[in-house]
Amino acid sequence: MSEAIGWWGVPLAVFGGAVRVSTPFLFVSLGECITERSGRINLGLEGTLVMGAMSGYAVSYTTGSPWLGVIAAGAVGVLMGLAHGLICSLDRVNDIAVGIALMLFGIGLAFYLGKPFIQPAAPQLPSIDFGWWSDIPQVRAALKINALFLVGVALAPFLLWTFKNTRWGLILRTVGENAEAARALGYAIIPTRVIATCVGGFLGGIGGSFLSLYYPGSWNERLSSGQGITAVALVIFARWNPMLCFYASLLFGGAGALGPSLQSVGVTQGYYLFNAAPYVLTLLIMILTCSPKRTLIGAPGELSITR
Amino acid sequence: MGSDFTLNRRRLLQGAAAGATVAALAGLPTARRAYAADFTVGFIYVGPHDDFGYNQAHAQGAAAVKKMAGVKVLEEENVPEDVAVEKSMESMIQQDGAKLLFPTSFGYFDPHILKIAPKYADVRFEHAAGLWTDKLPKNIGSYFGYIFEAQFINGIVAGHTSKSGKLGFVAAKPIPQVLQNINAFTLGAKLVNPKATTQVIFTGDWSMPVKEAEACNSMIDQGVDTVTMHVDSPKVVTQTAEKRGAMTCGYHCSQAALAPAGYLTGAEWNWTDLYPKFVTMAMKGEMIPNFYRGGFKEGLIKQSPYGAKVGDAAKKQADEVKAALSAGTYLIFKGPLKDNKGKEVIAAGASLSQSNESDVQLESMHFLVEGVLGDLPG
Amino acid sequence: MMGEEAVTATPRVGLPSASILPGLRALANALVQPVAALIVSLLLFGLFVAFAGVNPLHVYAYMFQGSFGSWFSVQNSVTRASPLILTALCTALPAQLGLMIIGGEGALVMGGLFAALVGVGMNGASPLLVQCTMALVAMVAGGIWIALAGGLRHWRGVNETISSLLLVYIAIAILNHVVEGPFRDPKSLNKPSSPSIGDANLIGNIPGTEIHWGLVFGLIACVIAYVLINRTAFGFSARVAGGNVRAARMVGLPVGRLVLTVCFLGGAAAGLAGMVEVAAVQERANASLIAGYGYTGILVSFLARHNPLAIVPVAILLGGIGASGGLLQRHLDLPDAATVVLQGILFVVILASETYQGRLRLFPERAGE
Repeated sequence: MSEAIGWWGVPLAVFGGAVRVSTPFLFVSLGECITERSGRINLGLEGTLVMGAMSGYAVSYTTGSPWLGVIAAGAVGVLMGLAHGLICSLDRVNDIAVGIALMLFGIGLAFYLGKPFIQPAAPQLPSIDFGWWSDIPQVRAALKINALFLVGVALAPFLLWTFKNTRWGLILRTVGENAEAARALGYAIIPTRVIATCVGGFLGGIGGSFLSLYYPGSWNERLSSGQGITAVALVIFARWNPMLCFYASLLFGGAGALGPSLQSVGVTQGYYLFNAAPYVLTLLIMILTCSPKRTLIGAPGELSITR
Repeated sequence: MGSDFTLNRRRLLQGAAAGATVAALAGLPTARRAYAADFTVGFIYVGPHDDFGYNQAHAQGAAAVKKMAGVKVLEEENVPEDVAVEKSMESMIQQDGAKLLFPTSFGYFDPHILKIAPKYADVRFEHAAGLWTDKLPKNIGSYFGYIFEAQFINGIVAGHTSKSGKLGFVAAKPIPQVLQNINAFTLGAKLVNPKATTQVIFTGDWSMPVKEAEACNSMIDQGVDTVTMHVDSPKVVTQTAEKRGAMTCGYHCSQAALAPAGYLTGAEWNWTDLYPKFVTMAMKGEMIPNFYRGGFKEGLIKQSPYGAKVGDAAKKQADEVKAALSAGTYLIFKGPLKDNKGKEVIAAGASLSQSNESDVQLESMHFLVEGVLGDLPG
Repeated sequence: MMGEEAVTATPRVGLPSASILPGLRALANALVQPVAALIVSLLLFGLFVAFAGVNPLHVYAYMFQGSFGSWFSVQNSVTRASPLILTALCTALPAQLGLMIIGGEGALVMGGLFAALVGVGMNGASPLLVQCTMALVAMVAGGIWIALAGGLRHWRGVNETISSLLLVYIAIAILNHVVEGPFRDPKSLNKPSSPSIGDANLIGNIPGTEIHWGLVFGLIACVIAYVLINRTAFGFSARVAGGNVRAARMVGLPVGRLVLTVCFLGGAAAGLAGMVEVAAVQERANASLIAGYGYTGILVSFLARHNPLAIVPVAILLGGIGASGGLLQRHLDLPDAATVVLQGILFVVILASETYQGRLRLFPERAGE
């Protein structure tokens, strides 16, 4: 077996953890980024994430194909997004509250329908070995990278480009920035927002399927420890920029890996506090990057959360 | 007992008159009549009852009780350790006429069972792992298994099969039941390989899938090649180790199906024997012992069948020790024993035997033996 | 669709002469929307369980039996409701200012932890003094915790919804760290806990019932909150600022102070809930404080439309849903999550029905009355 690598294990685990743990954050935050760019906030992505994890696992188990599971998770996410998008399109309905409601509903539904799938082991997503050049097993393990992560990595710059350079991106940003102006330009506001929420849900569902189909790779009721909702927070400190969402997710995943890896090299005190590191980090970054004086750079003007 | 039931039923029916009317209107199955004839037993779990772990082991016991004639089994899962469990117990008693309850989670005991039991003298409360003392109500019983005996066997097998001599233990919280297992596992491994060490990582809670997977990964990165665990559901740790090509010793239930390559053996509960025994005693009106402990000898625990990687030498030594444990002639925690800071915790000649005389000491264990890499908080 | 429910709701309101009681009519009109939403939700839930192969009528019958069908069930529901009343205020009070706080769980945990610290530290003093100090300290701890979110919002522009949620995770980490390390009772073997606050300091049950005094604390807090919001200049300013911060600043309202005060009061209510959990249920601080009351409180607050008086019946209703979960599991083999699904449906339907706010009236106001 492998040799010990001592303290080198910490940065390696943080790197490996960043890649492994960050994927759900990456997908949920990219999805939320699209939704928020349209001027809506969907806190229900936590529920979408859990529903995605459950349905992805269930479909992978029943069909034997993990990729079908991923697609199913995305489809369920679209449905959840559609529900959010349509309900929020009613007059006087608060999108933050609907998000919280759908979070509860999604979690409840996933637990309800997921009972028969706690036990069975579903086929898992494969990983791609990028560490073939190394002789060190730990490095090889850290460089076993899941295809979904790579999709997410490609998606971030693609979204950035789409926002800036395509007609669809322009419509999305206009609707999110100033509904009046968008209306004057003849853009359909509600359909744009509903579609943006559905796309957000799609990515959120896929993020969930990563949890159950790759890492940690199992369905149970304690699977998500608030990844969905923290990913929504990530979008705010990533200032609605997909590339920054990507970096923030990596940072967050790495922070999550810090607690266990410090224990493995002998830092044994205060593991609860280390385990809370991602949350403290998010809060600190939000404190440092937000400002009451100027409008948040990049914040969509129609977003209820920044008004 | 019959008269008790009538009384209970009358009280129930009076109280629930309105509810019963509605129930009748809705054409509910006349469940209550069945309860009068049957002996009703309630099981309460803190998590899902099919978690490949702690709750599933109890649910398997409940399933064995279900097969008994004249017994009606009630089950509730995911019941938190607060007012909810108090009300679940009372509801099983008042609304369904339960006579024997198994609230199975550690945290149900104090203060919840201690609060409810005095109110229902004719109901028996059987709790896993609580420390019953004669100052507590007589209708409370506490039972538990010396499952660390099976973790000791796990350790022996791991000591033989591990190449690096570095073992890993993913633990939820530093409580005595968990420390017993960590220590016994380490002592078992050291019996084979005196240089063996066990790295411990506390995840902080009973079910933290991502943390458990991370803990498992980071230990394997540190050269650990065999892991075991004490968390509510060993599924994630077992699967993560399997993915990384490491070996696993299971806990609570058999996880062999999850890790066909790397599963060595496992420490399992055997509630399927004990629970029907307790229910039979309660039905006959016999007194279940208030304080009941046992290991291999009493049949409260068992060992998973050995996996493919376990060699003959390992099997032979493990079987010998298991036979000695089953005969009641083997001591695991015996002096001189030092903790991992060099302090003597059991003096030469002394021991903590698997018997009622040292149960209290065993179940207040607060040290990690020499060879464990890790530290207790505070 | 909604007209039909309005009809269903009619017989529920016994109306004397509407002409002499315009207040009652207003109440009836205010009730139409939530009652209609409740009925729609129950119907949707019935449909849902029917899909799972369970007879919805059985579900309703057991739900009624488990929640309000007997004195035992009523007490069960009300006991479960009492922490929810207090945690709901943690969302409802800041909501008057337009702030959306979802971190009541964190305030409850901090309140419970500090209540236990004080209760253990003062062991031996007169119980009433200990209890009052515990309540006070818990309220301050919970209050500061939510005021942090409010302060960050005011001074740094940090979104309070997300910061209050992050603070929940941080509070839980602190609780676990403290009760497993520096403040652990060595006698708490398998459930790491703080030392017990002592039997003498427990607050006990309301005589003649099995409902602890936490319920009364909740009722008092709701009445105070109602008076504060609806009958004082402070409440008026808060509502003005909640309507339009810029306008409030222009007329010289101290927005910052309002934000901090309202958040502090909300957090104090949730902190008090933590103290009640320690002093009436757990007798000590440990991980059992993390039971999700803070999250259910958000739901209660929204269903009550952030009205402190409406919080009480809504909390009892949700307590009832929780109380009936056991019977559904035991008799119909429904998963425990069935009640969460119902709560989720109820929440979504209530919010969607907001759009009909004001349009649904049983008794249209007639001219000349």
